Amino acid sequence: MKRFSAFRAGEFARIAILIIPLLFGIGTIARAASSDAGHGEESAGDVIMHHILDSNKMEFDPFGSFALPKLVIGGFDLSITKHVVFMWLAAIILLAVFLYVGNYYKTIGSRKAPGGVANVMEAIVQFIRLDVAKSNIGEGYERHMPYLLTVFVFILVLNLLGLIPYGASATGNINVTLTLSVFTFFITQVAAVKAHGIKGYLAHLTAGTHPALWIIMIPIEFIGLFTKPIALTIRLFANMTAGHIVILSLIFISFILKSFIVAVFVSVPFSVIIYLLEIFIAFLQAFIFTMLSALFIGLASSHDESHEPEAAH
Amino acid sequence: MEGMGNEALGYLGAGIGAGLAVLGAGIGIGNIAASAAEGTARNPEATADIRTTMIIAAALIEGVALFGEVIAVLLVLK
Repeated sequence: MKRFSAFRAGEFARIAILIIPLLFGIGTIARAASSDAGHGEESAGDVIMHHILDSNKMEFDPFGSFALPKLVIGGFDLSITKHVVFMWLAAIILLAVFLYVGNYYKTIGSRKAPGGVANVMEAIVQFIRLDVAKSNIGEGYERHMPYLLTVFVFILVLNLLGLIPYGASATGNINVTLTLSVFTFFITQVAAVKAHGIKGYLAHLTAGTHPALWIIMIPIEFIGLFTKPIALTIRLFANMTAGHIVILSLIFISFILKSFIVAVFVSVPFSVIIYLLEIFIAFLQAFIFTMLSALFIGLASSHDESHEPEAAH
Repeated sequence: MEGMGNEALGYLGAGIGAGLAVLGAGIGIGNIAASAAEGTARNPEATADIRTTMIIAAALIEGVALFGEVIAVLLVLK
């Protein structure tokens, strides 16, 4: 009984820690919206864009903010921005979790079932291994497991970091998603060259048609190589950005209409529902990115010579 | 169209474009969901496979719709 009440107290403290900054955050939005209430709509758009875009400041709103260092090396702006900080945070979280889990498996014997965090991670790893890698890539999927698992958990943690107070989702920045897609692109091409050889890879570009059609087919297939990573980029970026815009727009409806009734019956319930949907989308988009990466790798490296039509697009 | 500046036409285009993109995506994903439900009802053992295929297809369609949405947002912001 005593243990139970201690548990409850701990839970309450945790929930309070989560809720208090959230309230401060809403207060900040309210101040921002009321400071120039003359044209409420425009300021709503400004606050939303401010929330979506990358910046050189880490903001903890009622407590102030601190500027991040600005680095310009050889004409390139390599400043450490908010999204970079969140990517580092995600990397630190993942390193901590996976180092802990890896060591945990060394301490328990192979006959004992893992518990706690290790159990959750085992479920995720098995899901990626069996449902994503093995079923899409088939033979030789082990070689691509490290990339697929890394990209899945990295995107997942970045997506979820955008949903906590003061968080920003780095996957809502097109540079981040483009970089991730470029990795997938290169891995796909290397897998294709490895599976078919240079000659087979080039033959693939003709799609097995008559030489008279090559003048049409080669450009189409060549463009097709690049549309896949670009589609991956836009999908992840637009999904994460759209989610944030929808939540903020719903909150701002009550400020634009200046009505408590709208706030109670529209803004709060709808934004809570969208927020829950966003948690689902965070998992779904991480899964989709990994799944499509695996699918592209599998298509590129399949030994099937029938030149089956490509599943994407 | 007299009396509407370029900016107003831009907003109009963005609104219509976003609506059309959503319309297309809605029809497409609706078709997928209908077929998936039918397939699951006919062959309940294949539920897991059908669900995976459905999610992938829905994501691909959604990606195309999001291209449209991104263009609409750019029209409004620029």
